[in-house]
Amino acid sequence: MGKYLLRRLAINVILVALAASLAYMLAATTMNPRATYQGRQPPIPEAVIDQTLDAYNLNDKTPVLQRYATWASGVITGDFGKTWNGGSVNAEMGRRIFVSLRLLLIGTVLGFAVGVALGAVSAVRQYKLSDRLIGVSSFVIMAIPVFVLATLLAIATYNLNRGLGFTLIEYTGEYNPRLSGWDQFLNRLNHLILPTISLSLGSIAFYSRIQRNMMLDVLGQDFVRTAMAKGLRRRTALTKHALRTALIPSATYFAFAFGTMFTGAIFTEKIFAWHGMGAWLVDAINAQDVNSVAAVTFFTAICVLFAAFLSDLLVAALDPRVRVS
Amino acid sequence: MRSKVVLRRLLKNRQARYGLAALVILVALAYIGPFFGNYEWTEKDFLSFLSPPGPDHWWGTTAIGQDMYAITLRGMQKSIVIGLLVAVISTGLAAIVGAFAGYFGGWVDRLLMSGVELLLVLPSFLIIAIVSPRLKADSSWLWFVVLLAAFSWMVTSRVVRSMTISLREREYVQAAVYMGIPRWKIIFRHIVPNMSSLLIIDATLNVSAAIIGEAALSFFGFGIQPPDVSLGTLIASGSDNASGYPWLFAFPAGLLVLLVLSVNLIGDGLRDALDPGSNS
Repeated sequence: MGKYLLRRLAINVILVALAASLAYMLAATTMNPRATYQGRQPPIPEAVIDQTLDAYNLNDKTPVLQRYATWASGVITGDFGKTWNGGSVNAEMGRRIFVSLRLLLIGTVLGFAVGVALGAVSAVRQYKLSDRLIGVSSFVIMAIPVFVLATLLAIATYNLNRGLGFTLIEYTGEYNPRLSGWDQFLNRLNHLILPTISLSLGSIAFYSRIQRNMMLDVLGQDFVRTAMAKGLRRRTALTKHALRTALIPSATYFAFAFGTMFTGAIFTEKIFAWHGMGAWLVDAINAQDVNSVAAVTFFTAICVLFAAFLSDLLVAALDPRVRVS
Repeated sequence: MRSKVVLRRLLKNRQARYGLAALVILVALAYIGPFFGNYEWTEKDFLSFLSPPGPDHWWGTTAIGQDMYAITLRGMQKSIVIGLLVAVISTGLAAIVGAFAGYFGGWVDRLLMSGVELLLVLPSFLIIAIVSPRLKADSSWLWFVVLLAAFSWMVTSRVVRSMTISLREREYVQAAVYMGIPRWKIIFRHIVPNMSSLLIIDATLNVSAAIIGEAALSFFGFGIQPPDVSLGTLIASGSDNASGYPWLFAFPAGLLVLLVLSVNLIGDGLRDALDPGSNS
C-alpha cells in the first residue's frame, strides 16, 4: 500500500509539473504583457517598460526558456512570481484559493450526496411519479449549460427580491463587508446559496442518472435478495448492501466530475461576481498575465489529481474486491 | 439488416422520436427559417434599437438594431455545424488512438495513454481560451473546431482501448493475423467496425457536448469572433441585461437548450437501440 501510494504520488507530481510547465510555455509564447504598458498616455519610454517587465520576469525580449527557468526555480521554492502589474501571485492566490475551495467543496459534496440520494430513490421507486419527475428534470437540467442556468437564477432572484421589496437572497458578490460577527457569517451563507445551486445542479443531475442505472442493476441481483431473505429490514438491505455496491461507478466519476465542476466554477464565479480562482483565470487571460495563468493551471491540476486519488480511495473502500498493488 | 432493426427500435422509442422530431424542426428553422424573415442577419435597422418582439421584428432587435430572428438563426447554424464537425473529428480520433494503443500494446500503448493522461490534466479551457482569439484569419472558426475536438476525445479513447484489448484475442482477428493482413488494416476492418455502436453513441453525445463547449467559450469571447455570431456570443451579449431586455437572452438560450436536449434524447434512444443490454 505504501509503495503504491508513493508511486502514485510521484506520477502525480510529474503530471502537475508537466501541466503547469506546458501552460506557462503556452502563455509565455502567445501572451504579450508589453501591450498593457505600450498604449498608455503619456507614453512610457521603452527602457522603462523593459526594466519593469524584467523585474516581473515577463519581458518578451528574454528568451522563453530563460524566463521559464527563472519561473520554474521560483515555483520550486514556492514563489509563483509576479502578476502583470507587479503584485505577488502568491498573495493573490492566497486571497482567492479559499473562495474557490469553499464553493467547489460545498458544490462537490452537495452534488454527490443529493445526486446519489435522488438516483437511489428514483431506482427504488422505478416508474412511479417521483422516478419520472427526477428522470425528466435531470435530463432537462443536463441540457442547460452553467452560464444559462446561472443567468436564469440571477434573473429569477432579482425579480423575486424586487417583488418582495427587500433582498431575500443575495445574487452578487461574496459577502457584505459592512457586517461583522454572526451577521457576517449569515450574510456569507446567503451569498453562497445561488452559486452553490448553479454549480451543483448539473452534477446532481449527472450523478442521479448514473446512480439510478447502477442501483437498478444491483437491485435485481442475488445478494440483495439474500440480504432481504435472511431477515434484514428492507431499509437496511437497500442502504447497506444495494446502495454501497451501486455507489462504486459514481465514485469513479468523482475525478471527472471535479474537472467539470472547476470549469463550471469559472462561469459561476464570473456571473455572481466572486473573486475566486475561476474568475482569476478569465481575468488573467484578458490581462495577458502569464504567471497568474500558470498558477491557476497548477491549482486545477492539483485539484483534479487529488479528486482522482480520492475517487480511487473511495472505490477501494467500497469494493471489497479491489486490492491495490 | 442490422441498421434496419436499429432504426425500427429507435423509432419505437418515444424519447428518441420526440428528439428526432425536435431536431428536424430546429435544423429546418436554422436553415430554412431565414428565408421567411424580414431582415438579413447582416442588416441593421437604425429606426429600432432594442425594440421588443413585434410584427416587424419577430424576435425583437439588439442594441445596434440587428434583427434577433435573423441573427439567432444564423448563430444556430454555426452552432450546429460546429457540433457536428467536432463530434466527427473527436470520435474518429478517439477510435484511432484507442484502437492503436489497445491493439499494439507495449510502448505504443504507454506513449499514447500517457499523452491522453496529460491532455486530461491540462486545462483545455485555458488552452483554447489562449489560442483561439489569436487566430485572426477568416477560417478561424475552423481552427476553433479543431481545438475543441482535440480536447474532447480522451475519455472515449480509453474506453475504445479497453474494448480493443478484448477484441484483439477474438478468433476472427487472429485469423486475419495469420492470413497476413497488415496490422493497420486489421484495425480499420475488424476492430473499429466492431465498436461502431459505441462510436455512434459517443459521436451523438459529443455533438451536444461540443455545442455547449462552443457556447461556453464564446460566452467569454474566447470562441467565435465577431462579426461572426454563434448561440454562445448571442447568449453572452444577451445575459448582460437579461432582466431588462429578456428577448436578447431568451431566444438564443432557449434554442441552445432545445438543441442540446433533442440531441441528447436521440443519443439516449440510440444507446437503447444499438445496445439493448446496457442501461447506462
